[in-house]
Amino acid sequence: MKVGVVTFPGTLDDRDAARAATHAGTTAVSLWHGDADLKGVDAVILPGGFSYGDYLRCGAISRFAPVMEKIIDAANGGMPLLGICNGFQVLCEAHLLPGALTRNHELHFLCRDQKLEITSNTTAWTSSYQVGQEIVIPLKNGEGSFQCDDATLAKLEGEGRIIARYVGENPNGSRNKIAGITNERGNVVGLMPHPEHAIDTLTGPTADGLGFFTSVLSAMVK
Amino acid sequence: MALDTVAIATANPETTQPFAELGLKPDEYARIKEILGRRPTSSELAMYSVMWSEHCSYKSSKVHLKQFGDKAVKTDALLVGIGENAGVVDVGQGYAVTFKIESHNHPSFIEPYQGAATGVGGIVRDILTMGARPIAVMDPLRFGPADHPDTRRVLPGVIAGVGGYGNCLGLPNIGGEVVFDQTYLGNPLVNALCVGVMKHSDIKLAKAAGAGNLVVLYGAKTGGDGIGGVSVLASETFESTGPAKRPAVQVGDPFVEKVLIECSLEIFAEDLVVGIQDLGGAGLSCATSELASGGSGGMKVELDRVPLRDATLSPEEILMSESQERMCAIVEPKHINRFLEICKKWDVTVTVIGEVTDGDRLEITWHGDLIVDVPPRTVAHDGPVYNRPFAKPDYIDRVNAEIVDVALPKTADEIKAAVLKLAATPNLADKSWVTSQYDRYVQGNTIQSQPDDSGMVRIDEKTHLGVAVATDANANWSYLNPYEGAKLALAEAARNIATAGAKPLAVTNCLNFGSPEDPGVMWQFAESVRGLADGCLEMGLPVTGGNVSFYNQTGAVAILPTPVIGVLGVIDDVRTRTPMSFDKAGLDLYLLGETKADIAGSEWAYIHGQRGGSSPIADLQREMRLIEVLVAGRTEKIFTAAHDLSQGGLSATLTEMILRHNVGAKVTLENIGVALISETPGRVVVAVDPNQASALTALANKHSIAITKIGSTGGDALEINDAKISLTELRKAHTETFPKLFG
Repeated sequence: MKVGVVTFPGTLDDRDAARAATHAGTTAVSLWHGDADLKGVDAVILPGGFSYGDYLRCGAISRFAPVMEKIIDAANGGMPLLGICNGFQVLCEAHLLPGALTRNHELHFLCRDQKLEITSNTTAWTSSYQVGQEIVIPLKNGEGSFQCDDATLAKLEGEGRIIARYVGENPNGSRNKIAGITNERGNVVGLMPHPEHAIDTLTGPTADGLGFFTSVLSAMVK
Repeated sequence: MALDTVAIATANPETTQPFAELGLKPDEYARIKEILGRRPTSSELAMYSVMWSEHCSYKSSKVHLKQFGDKAVKTDALLVGIGENAGVVDVGQGYAVTFKIESHNHPSFIEPYQGAATGVGGIVRDILTMGARPIAVMDPLRFGPADHPDTRRVLPGVIAGVGGYGNCLGLPNIGGEVVFDQTYLGNPLVNALCVGVMKHSDIKLAKAAGAGNLVVLYGAKTGGDGIGGVSVLASETFESTGPAKRPAVQVGDPFVEKVLIECSLEIFAEDLVVGIQDLGGAGLSCATSELASGGSGGMKVELDRVPLRDATLSPEEILMSESQERMCAIVEPKHINRFLEICKKWDVTVTVIGEVTDGDRLEITWHGDLIVDVPPRTVAHDGPVYNRPFAKPDYIDRVNAEIVDVALPKTADEIKAAVLKLAATPNLADKSWVTSQYDRYVQGNTIQSQPDDSGMVRIDEKTHLGVAVATDANANWSYLNPYEGAKLALAEAARNIATAGAKPLAVTNCLNFGSPEDPGVMWQFAESVRGLADGCLEMGLPVTGGNVSFYNQTGAVAILPTPVIGVLGVIDDVRTRTPMSFDKAGLDLYLLGETKADIAGSEWAYIHGQRGGSSPIADLQREMRLIEVLVAGRTEKIFTAAHDLSQGGLSATLTEMILRHNVGAKVTLENIGVALISETPGRVVVAVDPNQASALTALANKHSIAITKIGSTGGDALEINDAKISLTELRKAHTETFPKLFG
């Protein structure tokens, strides 16, 4: 099973995402933003970072990269697609997911070990978890406050499309403490915290993040 | 202004030139004329002025820094020594590690965000230039009093700048310091350290060898920012009434630097460069003259080819600009097409601006007119050298004679109050407000970061090889005794490496001082260098490089002498490191090392407004034996946790240990005031399983290190003799200081 990891100019967590995917038993394949070629991968991760410096709205330029056309088509066809942090922002800009990520309500970049509650395990990326399970993985961003209009929020809540919420104090002002959401089909997931930094207790606060990558392995095997 | 060419300079020898405005002294100007046999052109004058500035030429410090060579440790571990962009050490398994600290003090006072950001950017490029992938940064910082309004202006901007730049580069920030003192009010210290790793075969040097090879400028376009930054800013004291010098501060673009890093690493991997140099202080003047003198000396540059952000820049400005995110490479013609292709892949601007010649002159033209024709060594290396007068300042004997007179805690209430006060004081309070603005996880190899004693990163995922880095300075001790202060800072940094079980390997430094024109300051500097050189020789640690920052002075007020010492260590298996804290009850706590009444220069004395007394005397032999114990304690799996004692003494160490995992401790101490408050160097608290007691005692005895059982872990409070402080109140005291001050 091959998982593609996209590198945009300014992507930072591409090697980490590839490491996590490998750790979970898949084969990681590097995808270059400028090549409209998915190299036959079965799933794709858009990793964290500051693509194009994020000087415009985060992710606003990356969504136009040649590789994104192929990714959008494949995702519309059901391919599992995970956007982490900057990747989540790209997914929103590409309209694969609703809403937008805005400046943290306290205005600082925030890096901390964050407790989350998994609220849906029916997606391609969360099936390894139990609903209600609490996990701790790193959160690190300056623009992680999930915002959307009331109707969208009601729809996301009503359709069970919120996949994880922050537990305890809201770290960035996200509506309804949303940490991650999915599309209607459940194959596209956007997540603000970083599961790829929590695959072992040597380098991460926990190994709780590995479940996202084992989940997609099961989804691909099916 | 009309173009000043070599021909015009030769024809008009008497033209008056603004050398003084550019920071050159009359005798320095005369020397330039002597070297060239004519007056310099305005472009040559610009180059000499920036390259002969204090910041670039080390003209006041050179005669002292020589000691690092004279007293050099003989070691095979040193692959590249002082003089290159950064030193390189062998860490085994074919890996080489490079690390260095630099200051960006003056720009950070004027424009905190950009000053700090470009400080990070500059040191990262120095590391990249050696051929290494940068893998971590650290930032030792010093500010004026925490509650001063100007600190509230400077500190948040500096933190945001360090984070804004480093986070965007994808470099984990693995530690640093935040220290407050009145003397840093007008002169905050922003030091930045970067570590990089490469294979031995990938080391790159700054040399332009091989006639016909191309001089290639790549990265950001050149703009009008940072013109004369090093000469105007970093080589002068601030005057309270002077004009704002903001245009001399560089502006950073971390995205461009991130792309530049990846592009350069791809170029290095294909072995496409003969030599390379980053453009930092003194910009193109520095890069061209250093590269040329690193080779045979001959180079021709067409300055009008340099891509500009501002088309109106004059050649003098282009030569002096310190625009960030630029690199200069020497490339063989047969590799240039591939070089250009890789730059195109990363959308990096790249221009061939000249070529290496078989002559010995650096010749620069502007639209065909010769505007610079100099022997490059005279610009890069043969700058003035000053034997500045130095003399022990009057204050030393006076303060050393003072008896420190502060009340030490005795009763249970006093113990509790002292522990809470030290936990909350800005110098010792929890720094999460700062470090949570830095990404410590990126790259996925961070094993330790603040508040651990040292930062530690894994460099090989298969063999688990790692390196640890710590930076330390104790300016209070350096103020009382700069010779011992430097040695003590070295010992502390080495100890902070060893508590995790890593073995100290090499030293870098950033020497922050007041004006070298003040003989007292110069004496502090000379004593600090002597202390550090002696200390490194005694401990067998090579000095791989460093940085000197003078003129940290506003009017007559100089900063405390602040030699920041960085020590790099190696650990063969990061999985076996000793953590700084324990997460379970029932462990025994031991103090390694003896405690004396070292209250002078302590945090407790500082809180009580006392600066006098005598600093401790460094016992480096004992420090080395303690390091042996700490490394063996890890490899023999004796320790569950180990944490250094430094500022705030045992009180601070216990506070940090128990709050880390929220497991309390109960300790019993004799001579309670001294035991809790003293900052005697060479001490560590270790937590061990009771069944390791005899192994621990045997290990300590073997290395003649004093050992005292002080208590055990467990409970929901810190209990010291009859005093009991709940974890909740201790955590509140420790964590609310920074949010309250800067929130």
